[in-house]
Amino acid sequence: MPRPGAVIEVDRNTPPVLFHFGEGVRLERLPLGSRIVYPPDPLEPIAHPERAIKRALGKPLEDDPLKSLLRRGMKLTIAFDDLSLPLPPMAAPDVRQLVMEEVIDMAAEVGIEDIHLIAALGLHRRMTEDEIRHIVGERIFSTFWPDRLYQHDGEDPELNVYIGKTAQGEEVTLHKRAAESDLVVYVNLTLVPMDGGHKSMSTGLASYRGIRAHHNAKTLLGSRSYMNPPDSALHHSCIRQGQLIEDTVRVFHIETTVNNHAFPAIANFMQKRETDWTAQDQAMFLGMKQLTDLAPTAFKRNIFHAMRAPYGLTGVHAGQVDAVHDKTLEAVRNQLSVRVEGQTDIVTMGVPYLGPYNVNSPMNPILVACMGVGYLFNFYRNKPVLRKGGVLILTHPCRYEFDAVQHPSYIDYYDEVLADTRDPFEIEQKYEQRFAEDPWFRQLYRKSHAYHGVHPHYAWIWAAHGIDHAGDIIIVGGEREVVHRLGFKAATTLEDAFEMAEQTVGRHPSVTHMRMPPIMLADVE
Amino acid sequence: MLKLGDVDEPELPTREWVRVMPTLSGICGSDLAAIGGHASLYLDPLTSYPFVPGHEVVGTLEDGSRVVIEPALGCKVRGIEPPCPRCAEGRPGLCYNVTEGPIEVGLQTGYCADTGGGWGEVLVAHPSQLHQVPDALSDEAAVLIEPFACCVHAALRGGASKEDIVVVSGAGTIGLLTIAAVKLFTPPRRLIAIAKHPTQRDLAKKLGADQVISPSEVFQRIRFATGAKRLDGMNRSLLLGGADVTFECVGRADALNDAVRFTREGGTVVAVGMPGEEKVDWAPIWQRELTVMGAYAYGAEPKKKGKRTFQLALEAAPELHLETLTGPTFGLGEYRDAIAYAMSAGKLGAVKVAFDLRGLKI
Repeated sequence: MPRPGAVIEVDRNTPPVLFHFGEGVRLERLPLGSRIVYPPDPLEPIAHPERAIKRALGKPLEDDPLKSLLRRGMKLTIAFDDLSLPLPPMAAPDVRQLVMEEVIDMAAEVGIEDIHLIAALGLHRRMTEDEIRHIVGERIFSTFWPDRLYQHDGEDPELNVYIGKTAQGEEVTLHKRAAESDLVVYVNLTLVPMDGGHKSMSTGLASYRGIRAHHNAKTLLGSRSYMNPPDSALHHSCIRQGQLIEDTVRVFHIETTVNNHAFPAIANFMQKRETDWTAQDQAMFLGMKQLTDLAPTAFKRNIFHAMRAPYGLTGVHAGQVDAVHDKTLEAVRNQLSVRVEGQTDIVTMGVPYLGPYNVNSPMNPILVACMGVGYLFNFYRNKPVLRKGGVLILTHPCRYEFDAVQHPSYIDYYDEVLADTRDPFEIEQKYEQRFAEDPWFRQLYRKSHAYHGVHPHYAWIWAAHGIDHAGDIIIVGGEREVVHRLGFKAATTLEDAFEMAEQTVGRHPSVTHMRMPPIMLADVE
Repeated sequence: MLKLGDVDEPELPTREWVRVMPTLSGICGSDLAAIGGHASLYLDPLTSYPFVPGHEVVGTLEDGSRVVIEPALGCKVRGIEPPCPRCAEGRPGLCYNVTEGPIEVGLQTGYCADTGGGWGEVLVAHPSQLHQVPDALSDEAAVLIEPFACCVHAALRGGASKEDIVVVSGAGTIGLLTIAAVKLFTPPRRLIAIAKHPTQRDLAKKLGADQVISPSEVFQRIRFATGAKRLDGMNRSLLLGGADVTFECVGRADALNDAVRFTREGGTVVAVGMPGEEKVDWAPIWQRELTVMGAYAYGAEPKKKGKRTFQLALEAAPELHLETLTGPTFGLGEYRDAIAYAMSAGKLGAVKVAFDLRGLKI
């Protein structure tokens, strides 16, 4: 029986605790009386994923069995999530591959020939062929690529259709092929509660016109948090859009969940609590620390990005989207939830090398904010672990470093927009349209491997709630000028950061360290 | 070779000429190039030796009035009638007759053996070279009128429209004054300055740049500002589209090669900073059908109804607070320090290093 998550109080016997630090790791001692919140151990995976998939497709939730929906001569589209999850990427075979192979086999049995597979990447970057091959597997790739397996293009004027407005006036667009299909099968992998459900179709196969309805500062600030869909304006909007999509096209949802076995054997110590570290784990930590302290950045980045996670499948549900997603969220919460009593004055977190938008590239400063103050901060239900006006302390080298291929618009956003203002509403007024409509960003998104021009704005507003909530945000180990550009404070050491934090929250503050990743969801009472 | 010593006072070439006692005299990039041996040999036959350098001059006449010198030694200064076609157009910097008349060959005061220069106690000037300095303008501001006039001329030559995106490359004296001149005389939709050093960046903003970028980010930032496309070649990037008008105020190969790649097809590159013999790839100039034009000196500006450039500069100067750009100043005896300082001015946070001759008695 895997252990649930735990909250440990630091005493004299507590060993130093692990902090992620970009492409590096640190051990830090926390003040006595601090709390360390550990994620639950990985749940036992399903022993036979293929059988579980067949079962889910044969006995779906509030829907007919998939087989009964398939008929010869129909136009079938399979849409699937892109590489923004899971993180790190899943060791082969990716669970999406297993699901899609089963769906395609079923379709082949009834003689369906018109099958298209679309990577539902929304405004994310196009994947490379290798990255797509990794998700779908060699068999599907060699059969369908590139004519019948391709990537969504939210800027193709011919291939995005406007399908209407919700009662709240949110515009909805959809990939033309999906809109004209007799059946869309959506194959999802939900790692965190933000993913899946109606959000899959309403962002993954949409254009900027549709996505801007909920990817905006007002909606994000109204999502407390976006990791808890019932309290998330983002998800309410996606649900409204999704319902309109379901009125337009028949959709059969398949959602999968995995456990939080996020690190391979080489980094097993990251998976464990420090009190459980064996001599081998300690040796591995020291080895990695030496390597990451001394090795050139590009070298260690290659090592980290080559890591594949040995996730195990914990659930597969199919059928009607709401019914499926309820089960999915339940499975995700079973894996991620940790009960935490009360808020604290200071929360510390290590920001790792990887977030959803920097697979195979450096985590640039905007993405550091997105990851630390956005995603990691928002892993809560009910209320944040950090009290209102408290201090969030993150560890990350936070360098001025951008990938010109993946993140060209991020460079201008950082250099130009954040030099002018950090206010998300002002940015929306002054800059969003320019970034969204810049022809060169559009071309790079469509033809190269660049995130959409507007994407840095989304990454920035993903942190808006955290920035609004925290009295101060301190980044330990970051380049001072870069940290200041983000509007945060820079500290050289964690001790310095605690001293600085006392100016905001007073002496003898309460401290909680969220020992992520592996990720967890704090149920704060 | 540069040396400090006593030389005979320059003789008045004709009775019209007058003596001018310099009070402040700037050290120009062209002076530094000549001293450092980087100046183009093209200029050698257009110069007479030995000469006293210094062409950015504010000084006093024998009646005590303050003047700035317009250094170009064209037909009028040389007493040549009728004037050559270029001088007749009001462009004495392009005079055909710089080898004629009562003085030795030379394009400017400060490069002519017979006129003396600002780095000496006395120079001689033709009355047509003299411009009265208004009381409101300090010596420290007035010493920048000559380079400012060059920049006003460049701005008018470039002829940016209010729809244009203009880039000023370089933020030394010429770059900064070009920013000011463009903003005053041909205000564009957006002016982007390329500045290397922190003080230059601050001053570029103060003088009106809408955006200041560093040399390492020109393609990234100009691309975004102009909505162009960027292609990365084997040695450097280029833009499809780009700036409408670029004022190149550095004069070195790197900056010139960048300028012809980030200026849009059919656009204009104005060479304002004095270049030497630089290796520049002409393929972009050819393929992009760029108009590359020099902007040398001053004269009478046809776009301003023939008004003298120096007058335009003098009228515009007070609101610019040019005195903040001048300093430190050095005595002539400290010329080695002065020149060393001027050579590193940008790094040291200075703009116009000058000789202060106000304590000298004739």
